[in-house]
Amino acid sequence: MKAPLTINELKEYVMNDPDFILEYVEKIYDVISSIEPKVRAFITLRPREEVIRDAEAVIAKIKSRTAGYLVGCLIAVKDNIITKGIRTTCASRMLQDFVPPYNATVVERLREEDAIIIGKTNMDEFAMGSTTENSAFFSTRNPWDLTRVPGGSSGGSATAVAALEATASLGSDTGGSIRAPAAYTATVGLKPSYGLVSRFGLIAYANSLEQIGPICRSVSDVAVLLDVISGFDPRDSTSIKRGRQRGFYTACMERELESEIKVAIIREMFSDGIEAPVKTIFNSVLDKLESNGFHVEEVSVPELKYALPTYYIIATAEASSNLARYDGIRYGYHIVVEGRSWYDVYSDVRSTAFGDEVKRRILVGSFVLSAGYYDEYYLRASKVRRVIRDRLLRILSSFDVIASPTMPVLPPRFGERITDPLKLYAMDVNTVPANLSGLPAISLPAGFVGNLPVGFQLMSKMFSECELLTISKFIEDLLNIAPAIPELVRHHV
Amino acid sequence: MSKNTRVKIGLEVHVQITSLRTKLFCSCPSNYRGKPPNSNVCPVCLGLPGALPVVNREAIREALKVALALNSKINKLLIFTRKHYFYPDLPKNYQISQYDGMGSLPIAKGGFIRIENDSLSKIVRIRRINIEEDPGRITYPTGSIVTSPYTLIDYNRSGVALLEIVTEPDLESPKEARIFISKLVSILEHLGVTNPELEGAVRVDANISIEGGERVEIKNIGSPKDVEKALQYEIARQSAIVKSGGSVNRETRHWDKGKGITVSSRAKELEEDYRYFPDPDLPPIPISSDLIDEVRSTLPELPGDRIKRLMSEYGLSKYLAHVVVIRSKLLADAFESAVRECGNASTIASILVNELLRWVDECGITIEEGLKRLTTKRICKLVRYLKEKKLSSKLIKEYIKKIITEDIDPDDLIGKGYVSIMDLEYLSNVIEEVFKENPKAVEDAKKNPKAINYLVGQVMKKTMGKADPQLTYELINKRLKENVC
Ligand SMILES: [Zn+2]
Repeated sequence: MKAPLTINELKEYVMNDPDFILEYVEKIYDVISSIEPKVRAFITLRPREEVIRDAEAVIAKIKSRTAGYLVGCLIAVKDNIITKGIRTTCASRMLQDFVPPYNATVVERLREEDAIIIGKTNMDEFAMGSTTENSAFFSTRNPWDLTRVPGGSSGGSATAVAALEATASLGSDTGGSIRAPAAYTATVGLKPSYGLVSRFGLIAYANSLEQIGPICRSVSDVAVLLDVISGFDPRDSTSIKRGRQRGFYTACMERELESEIKVAIIREMFSDGIEAPVKTIFNSVLDKLESNGFHVEEVSVPELKYALPTYYIIATAEASSNLARYDGIRYGYHIVVEGRSWYDVYSDVRSTAFGDEVKRRILVGSFVLSAGYYDEYYLRASKVRRVIRDRLLRILSSFDVIASPTMPVLPPRFGERITDPLKLYAMDVNTVPANLSGLPAISLPAGFVGNLPVGFQLMSKMFSECELLTISKFIEDLLNIAPAIPELVRHHV
Repeated sequence: MSKNTRVKIGLEVHVQITSLRTKLFCSCPSNYRGKPPNSNVCPVCLGLPGALPVVNREAIREALKVALALNSKINKLLIFTRKHYFYPDLPKNYQISQYDGMGSLPIAKGGFIRIENDSLSKIVRIRRINIEEDPGRITYPTGSIVTSPYTLIDYNRSGVALLEIVTEPDLESPKEARIFISKLVSILEHLGVTNPELEGAVRVDANISIEGGERVEIKNIGSPKDVEKALQYEIARQSAIVKSGGSVNRETRHWDKGKGITVSSRAKELEEDYRYFPDPDLPPIPISSDLIDEVRSTLPELPGDRIKRLMSEYGLSKYLAHVVVIRSKLLADAFESAVRECGNASTIASILVNELLRWVDECGITIEEGLKRLTTKRICKLVRYLKEKKLSSKLIKEYIKKIITEDIDPDDLIGKGYVSIMDLEYLSNVIEEVFKENPKAVEDAKKNPKAINYLVGQVMKKTMGKADPQLTYELINKRLKENVC
């Protein structure tokens, strides 16, 4: 059997023959049994029989004409998104046995539309990292080159999609965690505008920066998932009161581009740290855009040199607060408490069950929030953040999008970056501005260096996902790369 | 304590907003009392990973009422702040609170309360008012932290809305502190914000320093009376230290109600760094002047005005009006409803202040429970019987005692012949008759106390069983002893 590669294709098959879902589930599990030992995208994979039972229920709904929008879709969900009854670990020993009693809003919305959760994907512990090497359990390998990282922190979600282990997936993006692995696996990843997608049920790393978003094999698939997961949620006070119009983003796929698209290139996102082959591919995309009537112009935002330190101050400050709750008392990592003071138990639990990178960020975050340093670090970072946001918004008042390479470097080999935190953090240089400013940003497959994928990032105005997706679809069609299937699984297509 | 020791006291009063249906940031019921442990919880108030707080808008209105009543300045933005400290009753290991400074603001700053009694009238300044969440509760199986082999945590209370009202150090004696808290609680009660009769609804921390000493904080004191006791103890303790040439160090102490002493907290005296920062899950909420005006228009009559009105409208003395209003809003409500029904304001005020309060205190029941027994109807019956001279003013006291301790209607007491039972003169006459008719039994009773019972029986017979046996026994006993001489 030939596995359909996009959601629309899959839906066509399913509408012709609802029982196709069973075949599709079998197919995906066959792919998983051969590929998963090589890439290790999943922390928790649901048993095939259980998923088949879910699929049968969906088929019954199709036959009674009560089925939802995502029939047949097998969605891989990053393991920091709460799933009722399915272990949710955040790739941390702290939560290795945590089975939540409730669902994240996005998971509820997926289920309402009859998507089936296939499993929970690997990530950097508590989403802290850009390579998925910080998982407490194991690293995920890049399906394009098994000796390299898939990017992170949503490395498992991107890998599952690229390696055909799922129809599509959800990741979360705090400083590039959706876009980095999308770039490294030649998938499409969207970080929505801050407030567009409910964070209820997303295990917080840095609340003011992060959003849940889709990672898919095409822009249209991203639009379909965004339609399902976006929209106001009364349980998230930062979610924006916008009406949920069914099919709104999907409809944007049919739109024509409006006149001339203006693309801003920010010099500071395209200079020193960018590897030459990445630059070459990026430039070739720009050339194609220009010859297709896009207007490309270079601008400068000197303040962007403060983006990384600003990001790390805010992210670690929030993380140190969010992660305070893990003390081993109510849930999570448990040790014998008999005869010990709560203070000792807390210290022991937290020193044992958090990984090094998590501890490093908690320490830094506690420091920047401490009395006497708060003004100098956190408060100043909050001010710089506003300046960066204002600068980007000003650019976007005269441009449609801001383009850059998603990642400054090609996918690193294992261990290459993680040993030096500063080098690791520098990978996020082009992705963090979108989080600092709340803007939507997407990473599209732009080309390959050998067999290594390079990502093309576009940022746009707040809540202009429709325009962003329309432009992305145009570029996707123009470049004709997606859906990009790694050699490793090509025989399954 | 020497009379001229200069004392400075500031209070932090924590008041649960018991008027709310739900907790501050989730939809769990705000009334956690009497529920099985950890049954009144959800992912939000348990601080489960991924759960997010959503502000209860009603809590903001209640806080605004208080701010207006205390003449405080309301800030235009409502900002919630995380206050970090590790403690097992705090599920997130931070408390969502408010803070003055570091990019944060409390809901209101400034304001004052006037406190008064016979010899005193002064202004106590309010520093600020915060909205925050209540932690869970730690319980010790043996009741004591020292002897318990383990600790239990109940999160039913976790997330209940609290107001923290902080004063400037304007109070100069334990008594002033007590008067202040009574006045504050009365205001909150009149606003309908809290029911102070609920256990744990009002909790006070006090900061106290005596001349030449550092500030000592006393945590978790319950009632206004306890505040007075705790502060008296603390002044005596600190004065003794100073007198013996020692110095009072800055520390936190706990009030041990059972022993009536303050105890130093075991925790190391590190200067705690709460790492305050604005909660990123709760965007600032603008407080519009329209909202403030709207809340202002719903403000009820406050205790100060009510005292004045009771004096002018019903001719109550300042003392009675003050006690009726400040002791409990329920008392003032009961007073007004009874007077509306049957007039006689001063009689009713004295029934409530002199009799009801005495018996609820003695029985250890709440005023609310007391008033469920001494209802408006029953008060008016008493007033009527008093007017009809069915009851003497002495007898009234017995009636109220019976009504409150046994929940009996005055009509039942009258029906049972309680009129005569308490009428000593009448009973004495009956006993006199019985003595005359039974001289032999009287002689027997003088020798053998057990024989008194026969005489009691005779009295009961003559009164057709209406006499109180105990009282009759006592009167006969007394009469017998007189006869000896
Ligand atoms: Zn709750």
